[in-house]
Amino acid sequence: MAIELTRDKVREVARLARLKLTDEEVETFTSQLGHVLEYVDILSEVNTDGVEPMAHAVEQFNVLRDDAVRESLPREAALANAPKTDGRYFQVPQILESS
Amino acid sequence: MNYTVVVGLEVHVQLLTASKLFCACANKFNPDNPNVQTCPVCLGLPGSLPVMNRKAFELSLKTAMALDCGIARFTKWDRKQYYYPDLPKAYQISQYDLPYSHDGHLDVKTDDGEGVRRVGIIRVHLEEDAGKNMHDESGRGQDSQVDLNRCGTPLMEIVSEPDIRTPGEARRFLEEMKLLLTYIGVSDCNMQEGSLRCDANINLHIPTDDGGHVATPIVEVKNMNSIRNVELALEYETTRQFREFQETGVKLGDPGGNKVTRGWDANRNVSFEQRGKEEASDYRYFPDPDLVPVTVTEEQLDAIRGETCELPTPRRARFQSEFGLSEYDASVIIDQGPALADYFETVAQGSDGKQAANWVTQDVLREMNERKVDIDEFAIRPDVLSSILKRVTDAEITIKSGREVFAALLADADADIPISIKRIDRIIEERGLKAVSAAGELEGIIATVIERNAQAANDFRNGKQAAIGRLIGEVMRECKGADAKAVRAMLVDELSK
Repeated sequence: MAIELTRDKVREVARLARLKLTDEEVETFTSQLGHVLEYVDILSEVNTDGVEPMAHAVEQFNVLRDDAVRESLPREAALANAPKTDGRYFQVPQILESS
Repeated sequence: MNYTVVVGLEVHVQLLTASKLFCACANKFNPDNPNVQTCPVCLGLPGSLPVMNRKAFELSLKTAMALDCGIARFTKWDRKQYYYPDLPKAYQISQYDLPYSHDGHLDVKTDDGEGVRRVGIIRVHLEEDAGKNMHDESGRGQDSQVDLNRCGTPLMEIVSEPDIRTPGEARRFLEEMKLLLTYIGVSDCNMQEGSLRCDANINLHIPTDDGGHVATPIVEVKNMNSIRNVELALEYETTRQFREFQETGVKLGDPGGNKVTRGWDANRNVSFEQRGKEEASDYRYFPDPDLVPVTVTEEQLDAIRGETCELPTPRRARFQSEFGLSEYDASVIIDQGPALADYFETVAQGSDGKQAANWVTQDVLREMNERKVDIDEFAIRPDVLSSILKRVTDAEITIKSGREVFAALLADADADIPISIKRIDRIIEERGLKAVSAAGELEGIIATVIERNAQAANDFRNGKQAAIGRLIGEVMRECKGADAKAVRAMLVDELSK
């Protein structure tokens, strides 16, 4: 049963993803995403009574590695893509934790 | 007012692995060198893929089993999405609907010290830690700094049922948890370094006239960086919530009665509201397609069971039955951690349990504190102490002489002289500490001393009790190994003849 996708829902999802959308874009995405959801909803026609929910798309388990340390990136490399840095830390606009 | 305090704790524990949970960067507390333990995986760079650390999963299993949890035979990892600068992927890999463990418990003493409160553990799950944000505290609104060394390190989340009934029980729950986790070696539980962190949910059930009760709004308290602060914060919240309820009458679920988050200010000893009407968080969990599920076999669990040491609770009981210790003494020793308990066992096995407990909890702990060393670094090793105590129980030397040997050995150690059992013999010899059990020898000395001190002897005979002190002193000087009480008795006998 498809849930109707509303403009508010699109705005909400955009906000959670920190995307700023114009009213025009909200209109476009509400329609486009709505079609995607409708398409996916075809799956609900399949009878899944008694079928275990799938946890992963591939039938593979227990891919684990040994607890061994390898060299990390040099700091300059780690910070290379940062919009702002003081050479030691990533710098971000102040995070408010009101007190 | 006879209200009930209802507390549930959420404990986060960092695991003692060498590398991070999903990549091979070092898992090491390193605040002075920010951003040197990162790679494309923990930086969340495109195209990188996580691979689970086997050791981290095994340590988590070990923990859940020590808490008597049920272990799921099939478990998976999910993405918890939220934006925060210390989480570059914008999601945390955690466990949502299929955690690897569930329904355990931890027992703690009630406040009166008599009863036991069984606190349920809802679940233990494994997730990755975030990095660390440092905020500008000058108030000038400068940038926050982000260090991602910790990002992606293995973290266990242990969630208790709201079974805790007092701030004191919460403190003991955390103390017992810390003891258990250090015992089995899964974490160092260093709260200063953030290896053990705790959030608390608390509210009050206030009885009503009809025999039921009303609940105050639930408060989640954060930022408590020591076990003592958890206790203080919960005491503060108890009083604050009751006062607020009396003033406003707002109940859980009323308008303005939703769950809120408060931070603990350890400098002012108050809690403060952190976020007001928080919009319901929407983490949009879904199974992480980058990680395949993990299955657990009975053999695996047996292997972990086999390598897990004796836990604190059964060990306390065994110390009482095997060595005849009181519950109190057994706890004092066990609560100091596995190293001290091991030390005690070695001492006790070669001598006497109660004697060993006295020495370890008094003399050894005192000297350790004075020298600011751990038991592993303490100069008198357990075989040496055991040998001293055995001489005392065998009446080869007196307790007083035992203490003298102990002090002399420590003085040797401070002067870098190696300490051994042979050294004990030397000290006993040099200082003439050998107990004089052959009564004949002592009688001879007593006779000589009385002869030499005719005046004092006469004074005593004439009723001047104090005069005997001088005689005892002189006998003890002649014969250090003698027992002062016995000497006194023999002198009194001799002088009364």
